[in-house]
Amino acid sequence: MQNFLQTFFNTKVMAQYLPDILSGMLVAIWIGLAVVVAGIAGGLALACLRTYRIRACNVFIICFADIFRALPPLVLILLLYFGLPGAGIRLSGPMVLFIVLALTLAAFAEEIFWAGFASIEKGQWEAGISTGLGFSRTLIYVALPQAVRLAMPPLVNRVLAITKMTALGSVIGVSEILSAATTAQSFSGSATPLSMAAIAYLILFLPLVFVARMVERRQDMRRGR
Amino acid sequence: MNNRPMLEIVSLQKRFGENLILRDINLKVARGELVFIIGPSGSGKSTMLRCCNRLEEPSEGDIILDGRNIMSGTSRDLDQMRLKVGMVFQGFHLYPHMSVLKNVTLAQRKALGRSADEANARAMDMLDRVGLAEKANAMPSELSGGQQQRVAIARSLALDPLVMLFDEPTSALDPELVGSVLAVMKDLKSKGMTMLVVSHEMEFARETADRVVFMDGGVIVEEGAPEEIFGAPKADRTRAFLSRVRR
Ligand SMILES: Nc1ncnc2c1ncn2[C@@H]1O[C@H](COP(=O)(O)OP(=O)(O)O)[C@@H](O)[C@H]1O
Ligand SMILES: [Mg+2]
Repeated sequence: MQNFLQTFFNTKVMAQYLPDILSGMLVAIWIGLAVVVAGIAGGLALACLRTYRIRACNVFIICFADIFRALPPLVLILLLYFGLPGAGIRLSGPMVLFIVLALTLAAFAEEIFWAGFASIEKGQWEAGISTGLGFSRTLIYVALPQAVRLAMPPLVNRVLAITKMTALGSVIGVSEILSAATTAQSFSGSATPLSMAAIAYLILFLPLVFVARMVERRQDMRRGR
Repeated sequence: MNNRPMLEIVSLQKRFGENLILRDINLKVARGELVFIIGPSGSGKSTMLRCCNRLEEPSEGDIILDGRNIMSGTSRDLDQMRLKVGMVFQGFHLYPHMSVLKNVTLAQRKALGRSADEANARAMDMLDRVGLAEKANAMPSELSGGQQQRVAIARSLALDPLVMLFDEPTSALDPELVGSVLAVMKDLKSKGMTMLVVSHEMEFARETADRVVFMDGGVIVEEGAPEEIFGAPKADRTRAFLSRVRR
């Protein structure tokens, strides 16, 4: 038991590397927030655009969504970080991480919002259009709020899954939680920084998991118990 | 006073792919007239109504609303025209995420450009007219089907339409709720609204309609006063249809 605590919860090591882990948390939060905002905004914009059923546009949107849902983000991260400099474009680690995760979230969010749009009755559109709102205002005031509501539970889950992937930044030297922890682990020779990383992730993501649960419960209630 | 028809359907044809669903429909609806449309399922009644505000795009022909051809003009004109043609659906189609009041004010605000106060006042008048003023702050899901349909009627009325189109407005309702909706429609008629009504409520037609139109296979087979069509139909197809629905 003593041995176990010594390995995973060495207080001296903890005190020494706490600042590093905390600054890693801050980096993860910043990148995560940026990814969530850009990814959801992008996905929503694409899903809205798709309702106009412009053929060329929709082919592009569907290809984008399918490709970015199929590719493992790690592959893209390595490709952009180690490949692009060969083409003369050098992006910082945090920037690569942000771009890849935001695009991935946008791809999933687009499909989630689109599923929301697709499950809205045709009659809702017809009611808006026949009262002179036209397509775009019917989209904004009638369809969009309903699609967003339907999209909430799967969207929150996807946001969780993708923001956790900020941990992938550790392979390209972004000093987020996991990379701070592995660095500390190799310096100290103790597993304690890794357990600190685990705790840091729990602190960040348990509240989000809780939110996901609430959103799902609210949706179930709205469906009439 | 002018005598030109409020709504005129001229040589209307509608194709879905290869299928000719409406074949040369001609119909004039006078100001304040209630034209009641009957016919078997699939005869093109809904399609004809939906062509009147271009929810379906006519393949051939013209729709003339109060002297203006709605087949010409920009998409802005089209939205302006749709404000003038109220449409009530079988399935109500209230916006489920908005209160009753918001349902009735949305198009007033965003399409007509009325101020919030103006739109609210007008909405309350219309809700009062359909007997639902006290439900203004309810959500649609809290209302019965009959109440939802009356809100849908108020939503259209609030835009001051020239014509109201009803596509089987009571077909989705429990029998005990049908009466309240028909009462609102009767009141509308008595106040001079021009109405085109597709329905199976023959009793209502007998009491309220100025004219009954029988459609079958995408054409108008026969039309006349209710007592003519119901009492002494000329065409075999009309007789056969009426005996089937009366049974
Ligand atoms: N959007 C559509 N695409 C293809 N066929 C349609 C469409 N809407 C209606 N139809 C066809 O047109 C015919 C008339 O339909 P409809 O106008 O709904 O008849 P009614 O209202 O008299 O029952 C039916 O055969 C129907 O299958
Ligand atoms: Mg029909």
